Amino acid sequence: MQQTSISPDLETRTPENPAAVSPQAASSGPVPFESWGRYPAYGGKIVPLNWQGDFPAVAAGIHNGALPVGMGRSYGDVCLLKDGNLLLTTGMNRLLDFDPATGLLTAESGITLAQILDFAVPRGFFLPVTPGTKYVTLGGAIANDIHGKNHHVAGTFGSHVTQFGLMRSDGTYRLCSPTENPDWYAATIGGLGLTGLIPWATLRLRPIVSRKIDYEGIQSHGIDEFLDLTEQSKHIEYTVSWVDCVSTGKNFARGVFMQGDHSPVPDELKPSPEPKLIFPFDAPGFALNAFTVSAFNTIFFHKQLKPRVKALQDYEPFFYPLDKVLHWNRLYGKSGLLQFQYAIPWESAREGTIAILGAIAKSGLASFLAVLKAFGDVPSPGLMSFPQPGITLALDFPIKPNLSFPLFERLADMTRDFGGRLYPAKDAAMTASQFQTFYPQWEQFARFRDPMLTSSFWERVTGDISPL
Amino acid sequence: MSTQPATYAASAPSLAARTVYASKKILVLGATSGIAEATCRVWAAEGASLFLVARNAEKLAAVAADLKVRGAHYVDTAVADLDDTGKHPELLAHAINSLTGLDVAYLAHGVLGDQAAAEADFLTAEQILHTNLTAPISLLTWLANFFVQRKSGVLAVISSVAGDRGRKSNYVYGASKAGLSAFLGGLRNRVDREGVTVLTIKPGPVKTAMTSSMKGSEKFADVNAVAKSIAAAVAAKKDTLYVPFQWQPIMFIIRNIPESVFKKLNL
Repeated sequence: MQQTSISPDLETRTPENPAAVSPQAASSGPVPFESWGRYPAYGGKIVPLNWQGDFPAVAAGIHNGALPVGMGRSYGDVCLLKDGNLLLTTGMNRLLDFDPATGLLTAESGITLAQILDFAVPRGFFLPVTPGTKYVTLGGAIANDIHGKNHHVAGTFGSHVTQFGLMRSDGTYRLCSPTENPDWYAATIGGLGLTGLIPWATLRLRPIVSRKIDYEGIQSHGIDEFLDLTEQSKHIEYTVSWVDCVSTGKNFARGVFMQGDHSPVPDELKPSPEPKLIFPFDAPGFALNAFTVSAFNTIFFHKQLKPRVKALQDYEPFFYPLDKVLHWNRLYGKSGLLQFQYAIPWESAREGTIAILGAIAKSGLASFLAVLKAFGDVPSPGLMSFPQPGITLALDFPIKPNLSFPLFERLADMTRDFGGRLYPAKDAAMTASQFQTFYPQWEQFARFRDPMLTSSFWERVTGDISPL
Repeated sequence: MSTQPATYAASAPSLAARTVYASKKILVLGATSGIAEATCRVWAAEGASLFLVARNAEKLAAVAADLKVRGAHYVDTAVADLDDTGKHPELLAHAINSLTGLDVAYLAHGVLGDQAAAEADFLTAEQILHTNLTAPISLLTWLANFFVQRKSGVLAVISSVAGDRGRKSNYVYGASKAGLSAFLGGLRNRVDREGVTVLTIKPGPVKTAMTSSMKGSEKFADVNAVAKSIAAAVAAKKDTLYVPFQWQPIMFIIRNIPESVFKKLNL
């Protein structure tokens, strides 16, 4: 039933709707669902899962593949399934239990970290680990075992997930925790949504007394200064460095090392205001070029006038500077962007980072927002988790077909040669052989995959491998 | 499923709203619909007492748990098929007992129905009319008389802009909502002088989980913004709410298109 523009279909979730799939959704055909990088672009059929019990009934009606998805903030194709069904979980955003004595919050998996913060901050709690955007779902955070600026002390997001449900397409259900079904727990954390649907999860929040972060920004020059600052600041909860990937010569790898702790001084714990700015249109292809990016980087570096700047900063600009502008990815135009993020272990981290940054700067393929961080040695709970002790670098490339992909492949090979790996949540370009070298445990993981669930990423990096 | 009062209020922090106002007692019919659930979240954050009615026990339990965690002072539920009008008096009396009173009754249940099937088969049309018009009239008759006795209360009812003018794409649904809007207008005319408020809510297209990734859905109304407007209109004891408000002038224009032109449009 096609709705016209004035059509008032209000009750999309009526109790009369057993599978919670509305007649419109069932017949609407392929609709665009974009990943954050907007590349690749595949149509897929969106099937909303608004209730925990929806999955088996929906699965019974699906004869091709499906993939649970949330906010689509993964950059590449881990959240896409060409010609398949995207099981949209964002309607499953209910809070199920909260214990202020322990900070344990149980919620449905489609809730976003922003929604969790809206609830938790006024009650004096914060996320144990947060990525650079709060617009990701709880389920997505588990499926990609995301990390944040406190990885060196807190480990990955999955380390703070004490238990979750796992529903398979055949209707079987498991409670998963470090002690109950530990193999399924490990396979599902970082399992890219492929082991089954996570209907709900329990997350251990951390207490705060203020929204504020005691922030310090420090200008740094080169990788060795970055490593020194990392060592000096390892007792500080949040550390990350912005690095200029464009400049060469004496400005090579200049950056701003940013660190902070939650302020211990009690302060008003009000909720965050709604974001107001929306990037309104696709920027033209020439908007991002070597000149504009270089100008941006120079401004960013010198915005910090002194070598060291201290400030008491709200957590929003500290953790989520880009969330202020919704759809900032449109800045990259219609062709989208590629992310590149590696983790290289300590033994070759310094050497590898210098070599890769050098290759990027020499390529002249503009990129801003390059982020450098040291991963700590808290073990990741997931079988397929990306973080490992060492250095991680993340940066964007605007997609220029004849240039970006050859560079990307070269950088991925360099990463492999330095013993590192790439991050599936950020990837749209690594080859099957690169993936299988980065994650040699992939065949073990494949045994846990739900036969109905797959993604364009998984098809790309494994070929047609059927699970047991 | 029943819940002890005050347990959750004790474990929740003392947010200002809860200490300032007495807990508002609200009955929600069709509590698992998207708009109803979002509205209940606004009321839960204010520390309201809620009695929730829906057909599916599992969904109702999830909604109730969420509202308790979000700060509702008290939550109780009943599983009921509201098409069964014979059970309405018992259900409503039970709800009022559970809440120990009633300030607001919020009718949010309804079906869009299948227009094509309703064109082909009268039984389908009759079912839509029963769920969207007959059952609400049964509930409203009982509730209005209860509120008139008390000389206070708010009846907040979700109708639709579709009731403002029949269109070929959904005129059976539209007819049920037109009937409901007319009933509410007459009821308001009768009970306003008795201290009872009747709020007719007419929403336009709303962005929900299902529509969030559809083309053009950025222009749809956000369900949480719609919910805030509804909660504010209930608090202000308004008569009619077009939500978002742009639908008021839009429907004014649509109502005033001459029939000779309107009948040729594809709406």
